Amino acid sequence: MPTLWGYSISAARSIDYDKNDQSFLRRLAHSCPSSKLCIGCGGCTAACSAGNLTEFNIRQLQMLVKRGETRETAEQLHKCMLCGKCLLVCPRGVDTRKMILSMKRFLREHDQ
Amino acid sequence: MNIVIIGGGPAGSEAAYRLAGEGYTVDLVEKENSIGGNLNNWHQLFPDRKSAAGLVKELQQRLNHPGITLHIDAEAREIAESAPGKFAVKLSNKTVLHGSAVLLATGYKVFDAKRKEEYGYGIYKRVITSAELENLFTNRALATLYGEAPKRIGFIHCVGSRDEKICNYHCSKLCCVTAVKQAIEVREMLPEVEIFCFYMDMRMFGPGYEEMYREAQERYDIKFIRGRLSEAAENIHGQVVVKVEDTLVGKPLRMTLDLMVLMVGMEAADGSGKLAGSVQVPLYPNGFIRPADPHTGTNLTARPGIFTAGSCTSPMNLTDTLTDARSAAWQIKKWLTGSDKHA
Amino acid sequence: MYYDPFVLPFTIGLTALLLFLAVKYIRWIRTFRKSERRKIRKGMFSLKTFRAAGEVFSECLLHRKIYRTNPFLGYMHTCFGLGWFLLIVAGKTESMVYHTSAFNPPYFAIFFRFFHPAKETFPYSETFAFITDLLLLFILSGLFLALAKRFWSRIVGMRKTTKHRPLDLLILTSLWLIFPLRFLAESFTSGLRGGGSFLTNNAGEFFAEFLPLDHLTYPAWWAYSGMLGLFFVLLPFSRYMHIPTEIVYIFLKNWGIRQGTKFNAFSKIQMYACSRCGICIDSCQLNSSLQMDVQPVYFLKKIRHGKEYESLIENCLMCGRCEASCPVGLTHNALRLSKRPDLSRITKNTYSYAKNAAMPAPAKVAYFAGCMGQLTPTVTRSMERILEQAGVSCTYIDKEGGVCCGRPMLLAGNREEAAVMAEKNRAILKASGAEVLVTSCPICLKMFREEYGLQIRIVHHTEYIDELMREGKLKTVPGEQRTVFHNPCELGRGCGVYKAPENILKHVSRKIDTDFDGKKSLCCGGSLANTSIDGRQRNRIAGDAAKAYAAYQPDVLVTACPLCKKTFATASAVPVKDIAEVVAECCRP
Repeated sequence: MPTLWGYSISAARSIDYDKNDQSFLRRLAHSCPSSKLCIGCGGCTAACSAGNLTEFNIRQLQMLVKRGETRETAEQLHKCMLCGKCLLVCPRGVDTRKMILSMKRFLREHDQ
Repeated sequence: MNIVIIGGGPAGSEAAYRLAGEGYTVDLVEKENSIGGNLNNWHQLFPDRKSAAGLVKELQQRLNHPGITLHIDAEAREIAESAPGKFAVKLSNKTVLHGSAVLLATGYKVFDAKRKEEYGYGIYKRVITSAELENLFTNRALATLYGEAPKRIGFIHCVGSRDEKICNYHCSKLCCVTAVKQAIEVREMLPEVEIFCFYMDMRMFGPGYEEMYREAQERYDIKFIRGRLSEAAENIHGQVVVKVEDTLVGKPLRMTLDLMVLMVGMEAADGSGKLAGSVQVPLYPNGFIRPADPHTGTNLTARPGIFTAGSCTSPMNLTDTLTDARSAAWQIKKWLTGSDKHA
Repeated sequence: MYYDPFVLPFTIGLTALLLFLAVKYIRWIRTFRKSERRKIRKGMFSLKTFRAAGEVFSECLLHRKIYRTNPFLGYMHTCFGLGWFLLIVAGKTESMVYHTSAFNPPYFAIFFRFFHPAKETFPYSETFAFITDLLLLFILSGLFLALAKRFWSRIVGMRKTTKHRPLDLLILTSLWLIFPLRFLAESFTSGLRGGGSFLTNNAGEFFAEFLPLDHLTYPAWWAYSGMLGLFFVLLPFSRYMHIPTEIVYIFLKNWGIRQGTKFNAFSKIQMYACSRCGICIDSCQLNSSLQMDVQPVYFLKKIRHGKEYESLIENCLMCGRCEASCPVGLTHNALRLSKRPDLSRITKNTYSYAKNAAMPAPAKVAYFAGCMGQLTPTVTRSMERILEQAGVSCTYIDKEGGVCCGRPMLLAGNREEAAVMAEKNRAILKASGAEVLVTSCPICLKMFREEYGLQIRIVHHTEYIDELMREGKLKTVPGEQRTVFHNPCELGRGCGVYKAPENILKHVSRKIDTDFDGKKSLCCGGSLANTSIDGRQRNRIAGDAAKAYAAYQPDVLVTACPLCKKTFATASAVPVKDIAEVVAECCRP
């Protein structure tokens, strides 16, 4: 068996894509296809009404979901006020509100 | 045989000079009162910092050729095929030019920054465009622009490019390197100023460009923040307060700038669509002219006898524009000598 | 006693229908909340009942609103509604005059010509015969139009009409056959025994020439009665349920019952009251710009027949154009919203960060730009200039970033979270001590007015500017620009603000009247209520709307909403400005 040299990164610090649950990211891509268009420019986070008042980074949260990391999103998503300002600044036309609503819905289903 | 070239910018001028050298007569049409096009608004060129005015002069001198007739202050309105292989170009001054081939060298237009209302151009005093900054360089007016020299300047990349909100999906290619070049020029004029570039991606595609980027960081102490501006505001002192996310840190960032420079992108010139439309030459969705084939059919269009050169087909730097013009001259010659006419 | 077995199908059908309806309506109304039932009891014995009766007459019989939208369609509906109603009234009166008693069985009036011997005259018998024949002709003309519409829907000015299920087709056929059969039965009787008037009498004589009327007359009456019975029995299962339900709805509405946040029995009454006329299809821009079949008529039909309708819940701009044109006056926005699930997760921490918002300086007037307003600095700048010019001391409560009004959250269905946001903003507003709240965002305006329960004046900037101009506090010079006004959905149809922007624009520009003034204004497509369509689709709606306005060749397309402005900015060839900008340009000290 070949040895993987230098792959013992601290589990708490790394994204283990192989082990992560990918159902959430697949459903996000399905229910909000435009979410795939994100190029991570951060315009949404800069504009964000919630992010103006508290620690809330919508760009990072959706990126984490896309890597199968859902814990932080579950903890943070409820901060969004759904005001739609991000929708107006996104240069890629990501339907940010739809993306957030989809994530909200999954999290709720997950709770139950 | 006569050729009509529409557009007296670098592409049109270069092509005119090359075609005249091959023994053709050329009518060169320019809507402004002098040749040079957008190049007239530039101070220095990248990557070698050559003077733009110098290059314009060089292009102009080459036009002093007996085979070239210059029509300035004349806008081409319509092209019609009067007989097979014979084209008539109607000008705004009622003149009609006839040619066996027409070369479209209509170039580009600079994005109107007012369309990004949230950036405050035309509303806040200290927001200018990259084109205006070139002008300040030429006039040596930057240091005294607001009474005193600015202490912090920000360059905002991708204004009018890669933005579906203003229906421009394309990358204007040159703004990244222009920002780096302008940042360096600013540093040379104002050694104390703090300079930031706000970018989405650094697209340093040309020879020497990436090196310039390195140099900007190393020698000129220019700082780069990866984040797109969401909006700008004006504070009580008239300074511009920007909001971006510093995406590499993952935190929203606010910064007060004494001067904000918007790197305005390139859009298809209004004339391109009108003229191409009059001879049924198709356009890309963003308004630039579509070549016959993106690999083997550049300079050619869907309409035999109608050619293109320069940035009327896509954003292009000066090096590529001049190369493209020479290539167009060769394509036209090939067409007129008949080797391609009945193919 | 006048009786013949052929009246049985009609009598049984009618009885079954009335019983069914009584049971259904009573069961629905019994699920209403106590407060609503109290409203009904109070309303029943008040002037509201008369108003409702008036509305029933004008909408269910005359079909006034359909007439206004589409005269052709209106005439068709009037033929059936009013024609049939008058035929029943005339028939009943005739039978009462003949019988000299009001208490004759219902079938007697309906089948009067069968029971009434033609040779026998009674007061005004000829007049009655003439009237009933005239009404029958009126109805038959409507029937002809209905047939024409079914086959060539375009000629009556409708681009689209709803599709039918087999059961719908059956009942449609039975309805359409009722009056031709009545015509035949009465004509045959007339041909055999005389009587009738210009229509049935002449037709009878004509038929008698080549038809064995002895054998056909009695079966014709059976067929007529049978068809009526069939129609009555099928009615509750078809769209014609709208005929009785619309009447119930109009009364309930006038007594003060409103669509609540949940899809309940009243929603069902609204659902059954939809006549599927299809007017909402033509008014909807998701149809005209994107060819989508998502309009209320489809939405309600799918819910009623248990079809998949989930995809339609989100796909609505809630612009209110359908509501404004609905002849029944159904509250389509509230209905659609009632189906959006509330996914709120409320804890004590929900939006607790709102306390980080900067507290405003106290002032009599508070200005709220709204989230979108922060992306349109021209609007906020113009407002600052106008307020300064008018000498109003004002506190800009969300200048340093604020809490969202909550309406976008509410429109997504999440009422509870929206309520928390409202709570936070109320605290901020209270701290400002303001007596007037001015906002330039109609979305915020609607939220503040309807959900905040504030005891202060809440006005849109158009209303406030209009007021300042009228009071002479704001002086302007007349402008020369030719303008058209795009009234934002939430401002016009949403909050009923029509006059203020009109007044302002007439003062500071040369306003061009358009077909889209008032309630008919278009939607820009940017609506936050729709989370189904994407950016390109929004752009198409905006482009079509901008083109419609551009046809009036204005210098400027004026709106009064930051979201509309941003949406149009990408799609309009004509420059787009907020009304505040136009006013600020014309201010004079």
